[in-house]
Amino acid sequence: MYDFKKISLKLLSLQLLNKNKMDNLKQEIFEILTKYSFNKELIKSATEESNITKDLKINSARIVDIVLDVEEKYDIEINDEELENIQTIKDMLNIINSKSK
Amino acid sequence: MDKRVVITGMGVVSPIATGIKEFHNAIKENRSGIKFIEELKNYGFACQIGGIPDISGSIYNSIIEKYKLTDSSKMIIYAIIAALEAWESAGFNVPDYDSNFTDYQTGCVIGSGIGPADIFGEKIIPYTNQGNIKKLRSTIVEHSMLSGASANLTGILALGNHISMNSSACSTGTESIILGYERIKEGKALRMIVGGSEAYSPYGWSGFDSMRVLTRSFNENPQKGSRPLSNTASGFVPGAGAGILILEEYESAKKRSAKIYGEIIGSHINSGGQRNGGTMSAPNSEGVIKCITETIKSSKISSQKIDYISGHLSSTMADPLEIKNWSEALDRKNDNFPYVNSLKSMTGHCIGASGAIETIAGIIQMNNNFIHASLNSEDLHTDIVQYVSREKIPLQTIENINIDYFVKASFGFGDVNSCMILKK
Repeated sequence: MYDFKKISLKLLSLQLLNKNKMDNLKQEIFEILTKYSFNKELIKSATEESNITKDLKINSARIVDIVLDVEEKYDIEINDEELENIQTIKDMLNIINSKSK
Repeated sequence: MDKRVVITGMGVVSPIATGIKEFHNAIKENRSGIKFIEELKNYGFACQIGGIPDISGSIYNSIIEKYKLTDSSKMIIYAIIAALEAWESAGFNVPDYDSNFTDYQTGCVIGSGIGPADIFGEKIIPYTNQGNIKKLRSTIVEHSMLSGASANLTGILALGNHISMNSSACSTGTESIILGYERIKEGKALRMIVGGSEAYSPYGWSGFDSMRVLTRSFNENPQKGSRPLSNTASGFVPGAGAGILILEEYESAKKRSAKIYGEIIGSHINSGGQRNGGTMSAPNSEGVIKCITETIKSSKISSQKIDYISGHLSSTMADPLEIKNWSEALDRKNDNFPYVNSLKSMTGHCIGASGAIETIAGIIQMNNNFIHASLNSEDLHTDIVQYVSREKIPLQTIENINIDYFVKASFGFGDVNSCMILKK
């Protein structure tokens, strides 16, 4: 019938692959955020839950530029309503993941 | 009781040098910063020469980068570089970006004649025409607003007094210094960061080219193009840059043992109303003379005490008339005429920055006992020789000369005038 061992291994490697992809993505987001931040230390210690303006002290006007950079990098479009809902790094990751081809 | 106002700091970005030390050498050695500019030729300018500063070696570029100003108007970048030099030379530090102290005793008025035309030409107009508004990004306004220089400087230095910009064409730089002087004199601020800044941009210069006020005869020989006081002057040479001064209330400067570069002892601002020979672009002599005599009156010194005139003298038809006006206003003639020169002979005409850059050159000459040459004035205009002896207009730097008082004036489109007297 099924070789469960083989399937679970495959699932695990898929998960690892995703995790790798996520880590890369996160790294790329951090790089973009660093461009707009005065306090680079805050970015270094940021987590997915970090609020971009409140925790990372990035000027709220700069969200527009961050979104533009993200749109260009991942070849996606983020509309105004979606832009207004981006508060944390996780929000940003989710929107990229949901739109990436 | 009026407060006394002294200069405690200076910074400069100019076509002949960036930074006071190099600028000092450049004016003493009478270097010309005028060059042929390929871009102007490509745009079809009749005048293809000008003075553009080189800021690549400035130590303040790191702060321009830190505050994300590299894409902002050159009007802002030049002003910030000159202002930071002036601020540090006055003995102050640049605070941390997140420090909690606001300096309510320091204000800032940095003017410009043309304004941030570079950013309008390169970004705002083309992107808007393309319907690509989003591409302007969130920084476009702070990178191109008229008050951009003073507003961005405010954030860097945490300034809390009057923050603004002024504009009165070619009179802007001198006017800005007078605005700061008046504010401190009235006791409304202890320090004012003042001066002017003008970007290099074909979009800022093309209008002057179209109205034929720029020289068209020296594209092959750029360093001969800016020739104030000369019989063969044929229009001004455009220039860019910034001059910034730290003005400070005398007691405050004394208390902290600051180095004092000079004192402003009198000033006046007026307009000839574009009457009696005055137009949008030509001065009403009556207004000019009144501006100078009112300045003398407010300084409470005799006009005979003036050792040196830092002229407006821009290498146009108006130079002979300016000399005649000086002669009448000061009641000085021939051998008794003060020394006079034009820094524009080296830098070109840096429009709204010119008055401030020239004031800085005047202060350096006063403190170091020399008067720089007025380049290309070998063939003095025939209408000038009847008012001034040749030796009062140096062809080479004159050294070991004492300057106790000098007068600086700037005149601009709109028939506007500004004048002030500085004392050692």
